[in-house]
Amino acid sequence: MAVNLKELSCKPEGLTGGHRLCAGCGAPIAIRQVLLAADKPVIVTNATGCLEVATTIFPYTAWAVPFIHSAFENSAATASGLEAAYRSLRRQGKYSDEVYFLALGGDGGTYDIGLQALSGALERGHNFVYVCYDNQAYMNTGIQRSSATPFGADTTTTPCGSARPGKTQRRKDLTQICAAHGIPYAAQTTIANWRDVVKCAEKAFKAEGPALLNILAPCPRGWRYESDETVNMARLSRDTCVWPCYEIENGIVSISYKPKEKKPVKDWFAAQARFRHMLRPDNAALLEEAQAEVDMKWAQLQTLEAVAKAGTEAAAAE
Amino acid sequence: MAETVLLEGNAAVAFALKQVNPDVVAAYPITPATEVVQEFSNYVANGEVDTEFVAVESEHSAMSACIGASCAGARVMTGTSSQGLALMWEMLYIASSLRRPIVMAVANRALSGNINIHCDHSDAMGARDSGWIQLFCENTQGIYDTTIQAVRVAENTNVQLPVMVCYDGFVISHAVEVVDILSDAEVRQFIGPFEPVAPLLDIRNPKTIGPLDLQDYYFEHKRNQAEVYKNVEAVVEDVGEAFGKLSGRQYGVVDAYRLEDAEVGIVLLGSTAGTAKDVVDSMRAKGHKVGLLSIRMFVPFPVDKIVGAIQHLKCIGVMDRHAALGSYGAPLFTAVRSALYGKTTVPVLNFMYGLGGREITMAEIEGIFTTLETTAAEGVKGEGIYWIGVRE
Repeated sequence: MAVNLKELSCKPEGLTGGHRLCAGCGAPIAIRQVLLAADKPVIVTNATGCLEVATTIFPYTAWAVPFIHSAFENSAATASGLEAAYRSLRRQGKYSDEVYFLALGGDGGTYDIGLQALSGALERGHNFVYVCYDNQAYMNTGIQRSSATPFGADTTTTPCGSARPGKTQRRKDLTQICAAHGIPYAAQTTIANWRDVVKCAEKAFKAEGPALLNILAPCPRGWRYESDETVNMARLSRDTCVWPCYEIENGIVSISYKPKEKKPVKDWFAAQARFRHMLRPDNAALLEEAQAEVDMKWAQLQTLEAVAKAGTEAAAAE
Repeated sequence: MAETVLLEGNAAVAFALKQVNPDVVAAYPITPATEVVQEFSNYVANGEVDTEFVAVESEHSAMSACIGASCAGARVMTGTSSQGLALMWEMLYIASSLRRPIVMAVANRALSGNINIHCDHSDAMGARDSGWIQLFCENTQGIYDTTIQAVRVAENTNVQLPVMVCYDGFVISHAVEVVDILSDAEVRQFIGPFEPVAPLLDIRNPKTIGPLDLQDYYFEHKRNQAEVYKNVEAVVEDVGEAFGKLSGRQYGVVDAYRLEDAEVGIVLLGSTAGTAKDVVDSMRAKGHKVGLLSIRMFVPFPVDKIVGAIQHLKCIGVMDRHAALGSYGAPLFTAVRSALYGKTTVPVLNFMYGLGGREITMAEIEGIFTTLETTAAEGVKGEGIYWIGVRE
């Protein structure tokens, strides 16, 4: 599946310019990369959130593809209905086009309030792609913590105060939760790897059944960095292994990006004002804890990949 | 060719659903509506319908999926009750605002807390302002007939709104009654083929549904939506009449029983109408001029039909199967009395009954008629709000 930039740049955009997302927002980058990977028309459903409110302010819309938003927690349930209608109408000979269904949500709409609907839709096996654009907090309502918010982050509901150093809990692993449903395809990637996003999205669209893409989409307002640094921030998330890029295809784990030199989490913290306090000498233990967690998760992932590889080789040898 | 069968209320819904053969049903089981989903699953399993049945993980997702499927361009039906309807609350408003012609059976059950599985109307009353048409059924025949009619009402080009078919949980959802049924062909001809408006699956005409609608447009959109409800009454009447020609069973928006020469009358919703009609007959036999108005269409509220039927009475009693906590009178009472404002000055009393499935007896209904007669003669005593059949 070779991804050709020249060809991609000639494809029509599903999410057009003129929307009112912030300068430097990672979400539209992620969505445009995903839409470029589709070789059939795409019908989009979107949870309430930054992406939805900033792209559909009546009487305008930035969407050149069929689009529906109804509520916050139900992007996957809405997609279930769309896909069920499609299957029913095609089976009855009332509809002949072939389309893909793409459900979108931020981390709030996916990790938290929409997790039940997503889990239900994955378990039922609807043929759709769910994309979480993960910016690690409720950015639309003004940077409140979500279960995707990393340990130590200063948000408006986990403020760094004299008694508490930002968020004291670890983040939830959505990709693994979704993969545990036994779906044919799940991947975790980020907008800095445009080639990887397009490749993963292509696999997700072509998968027979539900697929998940968890795409890290940095947010300049919430992470507190300059708006021209978004792609660098995604790159740093990947290079520190804070956000490992990998896919799980029919249960087989494969890491899509292995940094030549794994950078310390400290570098990631230093680039974002939401973690400024984590670099203070009195918080050295917290920094150590954060680094230990990243190291542990990265080691786990490599083990999973090695096990999968050994299993595949053993199967081939038989 | 009419056929007569024995059906429970829920089975009557499922059977009507089978005959309608919707493209998508997304539903979640809940007592006392579970059999709707269960019976319909059998039709799916045996290939008797073309429906894609989505066994969702919650009622919120049920209504979300119904909205998605309906927007895609499918004919969609579902069913629920009580807590399920409450969980859907957010999505109910969205379904009506997106003008989705979804038909939903609602087996009326008390809302928690405390948890109770039996009949009252608190679930439907909680959804009163959600923009759904609400049709109430008196018996199992009414459920079957109304479910079929609801499809044609919802899909009428001048309506395009969701419809709730409400029927009393357990009282009729689980009552086996003799039901006259139509043939599949008659039902399908009656409802006609489904013609979706602006389906999302029309990929050549992409559209954005459910945009952010701020203070510069939201108000106009609500104002426009409010106008549509004025069309509903005539359509429900027309469909009821057409159904009458087909089946011999005529339906309107209200059912007036022996009211023409009555002096006092009761207004109510749902299955208690059947019991109350018997009471009317027995009291008439004893010389009491009593009558009954059973309201079939609660939303939109058919003001003129109601006023026309009861404004000549000397005293009116409104029976509510829902306690609107902290309000001055329950929803049916406040709506009826407000409708009568300026038309009559006679007393209108509110009788709260049957919460959480408490039985309402013929003697109690007779007692209400007696209270109305006494009040007509002697005037209102106290606040005019009565609780029937409760241990005080």
